[in-house]
Amino acid sequence: MPSEEEFDAIVVGAGPGGVSAALTMARGGLSVVLFERGERPGVKNVMGGVMYGRMLADVVPEFWKTAPMERVVVDERLWLVTAESAVTAGHKHVPHDAGPPNAFTVLRVPFDGWFAQQAEAAGVLLVSGTTVEDVLVDGERVVGVRTGRADGDLRASLVVIADGANSFLVQKAGLGRSLEPNEMALVVKEIIVLPPEVIEERFTLDPGMGATIEVYGVVTRGMAGYGFIYTNRGSLSVGIGALISQFMATRITPWDLLESFKAHPMVAPLLRGGVVREYLAHAIPEGGFRTMPRLFDDGVMVVGDAAMMVNNLHREGSNLAMAAGRMAGETAIQAKRIGDWSARTLAQYRELLEASFVLQDLRKYARLPDLVERRPDLLQLYPELLSEAIHEMLTVDGASKREKQRRILRRLLDRRPWWRILHDAYEGWRAMK
Amino acid sequence: MKIEEKLFLLRWKHDKRSHISITNPRVCLEVCGTAWKRPCTTFCPANVYAWDGEKIAVSHDNCVECTSCVLGCPYRNIDWKLPRGGFGIEWQHG
Repeated sequence: MPSEEEFDAIVVGAGPGGVSAALTMARGGLSVVLFERGERPGVKNVMGGVMYGRMLADVVPEFWKTAPMERVVVDERLWLVTAESAVTAGHKHVPHDAGPPNAFTVLRVPFDGWFAQQAEAAGVLLVSGTTVEDVLVDGERVVGVRTGRADGDLRASLVVIADGANSFLVQKAGLGRSLEPNEMALVVKEIIVLPPEVIEERFTLDPGMGATIEVYGVVTRGMAGYGFIYTNRGSLSVGIGALISQFMATRITPWDLLESFKAHPMVAPLLRGGVVREYLAHAIPEGGFRTMPRLFDDGVMVVGDAAMMVNNLHREGSNLAMAAGRMAGETAIQAKRIGDWSARTLAQYRELLEASFVLQDLRKYARLPDLVERRPDLLQLYPELLSEAIHEMLTVDGASKREKQRRILRRLLDRRPWWRILHDAYEGWRAMK
Repeated sequence: MKIEEKLFLLRWKHDKRSHISITNPRVCLEVCGTAWKRPCTTFCPANVYAWDGEKIAVSHDNCVECTSCVLGCPYRNIDWKLPRGGFGIEWQHG
């Protein structure tokens, strides 16, 4: 083993965070190896399906001309459902012609394949089919990685950990503790194939345009989580998830939960006639800001899901990963320039994150995971109350509107005394302010 | 749609060597059954874990690598390692 570093940087994991870091460093003149445990980038990767344009454009300008996007999201809907009703809200817009789309749906196998190609084109050496099992440490400093290959040690000035949710390397590098089952969600989804015209008609979309629906309420059967329906070009991504701790406690199987979500009377008509093409499962970090590992140390930085960078309330994750990857890359370029890869230089990564939406948003919602975990009933009760109230007002049965208001208020206070409602509102506000 | 039918849609590159093992089978037999009713047999989305009356039978070939069992075993009794490079689940869409 030669003692001098063979590469400037090793990146572990070819997802949005790792590729963004690798691409940024390669463009800055650094020599970069990108390890991916899948046979090729993408085949191990899953997400709900919404990606954001701005952070990708910061890494690949004009990506929309070549990236395998499914549909441009122009219609975002929120459903609060009971067993037999739904209160719906949403926002639609006409997309602008120039510049990156705000949000678009993707399937990760083609998308990540494309993204990694951009990194390769910039000079990154991609090594697929290779699992990184450990970091190499010299004293206190991370100096490389141990892969599963024969003679699989590789040294570099920097290791970027981007191995995704439930990162083993974060623990091996001593940057974070093992997570708890209430800090991670398990999400299952299906790819359900339908002709593009049927999707466009059913969701009232122009060709190429897409819709997203997030579904809260009874569908998670009392667990903290939500269901979703996202439109792809010729398929729907239909999924649902909840905290692992709540799957443990309720003994609801993930596939039953998904089947009952698909059978919900508001959901089923959208899926009718569709053919299930793939069934997927993945973990999503839920613990938020308070469960983040240390983000850097001598010779190492952590980006994306591996660093718990997920804003669940706004279903953002890959964009945080891409922004963090780019910032880690920029920090590495600076480290190379001054020839110092110690924590003192890499601290700039944290400063860049602090100055950006990444840590500002994660900090803003730091209290939310605790509330969601303690009070999953809130996601059931209030949708129900709201739905009943609206149902009452819309039902023309001869009762006066004032009488209906009285009924609604009575039903509300029967279920929950006014001081508890105030307390719930306060807790909700505090967790999101 | 049953779980067997869902799993039938998937593709893996199977490794004869299992990446999953139960650290101490006595914990499943003597402790977890009464205290937790062996939650791995219900939360695992790929039905990898089944109770055969004496021990947890592990169908590692079904694993979709979500890592839930690493956190979800109440006794941290499942030794789950990343499959060797190139092996394991291979999503077609993602």
